[in-house]
Amino acid sequence: MTDAAVEQASAPPARMTPRTAARDTAGVAKRNLLRIIRTPRLLVIGALQPALLLVLFRYVLGGAIHVPGGSYVDYVVPAIFIEAVLIGGMTTAIGLAEDLKSGIIDRFRSLPMARSAVLAGRTLADLSRSVLSLAIMVGLGLLVGFQFHAGAGSIIAGMALIMVFGYAFSWLYAAIGLATKDPETAQVAGILPFFILMFASNAIVPVATMPASLQGSASNQPLSSTVAAVRALLATGPAASYVLQSLAWSAGIFIVFFTIALRLYRNANA
Amino acid sequence: MPAAMIEVQAVTKRFGSTDALAGIDVSAEQGKVLALLGPNGAGKTTLVRILTTLLRPDSGSARVAGYDVVADAVPLRSTIGLAGQYAAVDELLTGRENLELVGLWYHLDKREYRRRAQDVLERFDLTNAADHQVKTYSGGMRRRLDIGASLIARPAVLFLDEPTTGLDPRTRNDVWRFIEELVATGTTVLLTTQYMEEAERLADQIVVIDAGHVIATGTAAALKAQLGGAMLEVRVADPAELDRACTLLADLGSAEPRIDRDEQLVSIPTPGGTALLLAAGRRFEEERIALDDLGIRRPSLDDVFLSLTGAASARSVDGATATPDAADTSQ
Repeated sequence: MTDAAVEQASAPPARMTPRTAARDTAGVAKRNLLRIIRTPRLLVIGALQPALLLVLFRYVLGGAIHVPGGSYVDYVVPAIFIEAVLIGGMTTAIGLAEDLKSGIIDRFRSLPMARSAVLAGRTLADLSRSVLSLAIMVGLGLLVGFQFHAGAGSIIAGMALIMVFGYAFSWLYAAIGLATKDPETAQVAGILPFFILMFASNAIVPVATMPASLQGSASNQPLSSTVAAVRALLATGPAASYVLQSLAWSAGIFIVFFTIALRLYRNANA
Repeated sequence: MPAAMIEVQAVTKRFGSTDALAGIDVSAEQGKVLALLGPNGAGKTTLVRILTTLLRPDSGSARVAGYDVVADAVPLRSTIGLAGQYAAVDELLTGRENLELVGLWYHLDKREYRRRAQDVLERFDLTNAADHQVKTYSGGMRRRLDIGASLIARPAVLFLDEPTTGLDPRTRNDVWRFIEELVATGTTVLLTTQYMEEAERLADQIVVIDAGHVIATGTAAALKAQLGGAMLEVRVADPAELDRACTLLADLGSAEPRIDRDEQLVSIPTPGGTALLLAAGRRFEEERIALDDLGIRRPSLDDVFLSLTGAASARSVDGATATPDAADTSQ
């Protein structure tokens, strides 16, 4: 090489350390946060869907549903908190599919950044969107008559559990976005996990009202475990076993879909 | 002996049942511009994607700046810049934010990437729009920003995939000037293009690719010399006479004559000079074919390209308008 070329090669040698990976991830998170802030309409519309669910179950259907030993509003609102976070997670799938389609993922993959940075930065930025969405839903929930029946520590633990569950799920959405490679398809596919989990769950109606063959799976699936744990934490029920079950589901979902999403990203060739 | 910055040996890549690359050999020395020329689907982008670690080759070896594209992918990425076919910049971010983030991802420290982002903005005439969101930029500004982003780390090897496709002539000229300035500082550039003019102006070495094969390599001048010294060109007054004109010229050239029906033009590569021109003139006079124009010109790279890639590919290069003349090449 000539002197000119030696001077040229002024990028530092690529050595991937946890520190550089964290810095890469922070850069991606910054990019995605700027995108979130600059599309406020998306934030508002995103909050609208769970708000409508809330109104639907509180006022339209709620009167016809009876739960043993308590008011339906206290029963359904915690479930809607969790659903709000799941619905918000769909933006992760759509956003990644858009990035693939626009060719920006190609640029990212040609840069010496950590392979996990693009996905971790995106899911973390979307987590902040979920926090906001959850805060709005808590406000709306209180407005329609929901009441906390627990201490501050327990309430914070409940909210944290929702965020952990939502974050684990955002890796499922990341995998959906990378696998579909197309924003429209990602949107259609992204609604599926939400519906599948909601159908046979304790979110809207008590599992005891379902056919016996469905009850086992309906009470132990990820959403039901988390809803049960959050209900217990926001009221005054025995929460520990549900919390552990929910955390186990979150860990499992995170590990499986982190691995799948990272593999899809490495081999992305849209 | 200057170092080879790009070395590609017998690289293959298959997608399903198509050979995107069927054993390609390419190399470029430091500080040179290598142009990959070929129709759509020839394999140009596939090769760029392999050299920039986006895609793994099925077999063969490829090295960039001494790094193997598979084994040394991580250090390789620090050494290269890539501007793809689509301007890969973020619409919702400002030009400056786009550049600074790319600098961060090349692991430059904050002061350094800020300074370099400012340099790039100045050099690419984007200072006025630096703090506006990219969605307000014109196509040319986006492309400049995209190429600028690929230069933030001052890469030793720069890959430009069709850098001027869709640009207006002035912006195209600007991009060409940027590339020339960059090469003057020692950067090695690999660019893909469908434009002969672009390859001719920028490239030290042209590699013509068709259907995954290298079908010719050389400087623009050497490739043209393959066609013979000159092109004899006849423009007939009456399009109905095109085929007769073609027959008349057939034995004067070193290859088959080519008809361009839109232009009412017959052209044929020929080794001779004035004597041939006079001979051709006499024949047309004897046959009473009225001519608008008769002359000898140097062959263009288009001539080379069309004669190398043949009818099928020529069609896809120039789109529908090239079809009649591409079909006639095979006569």
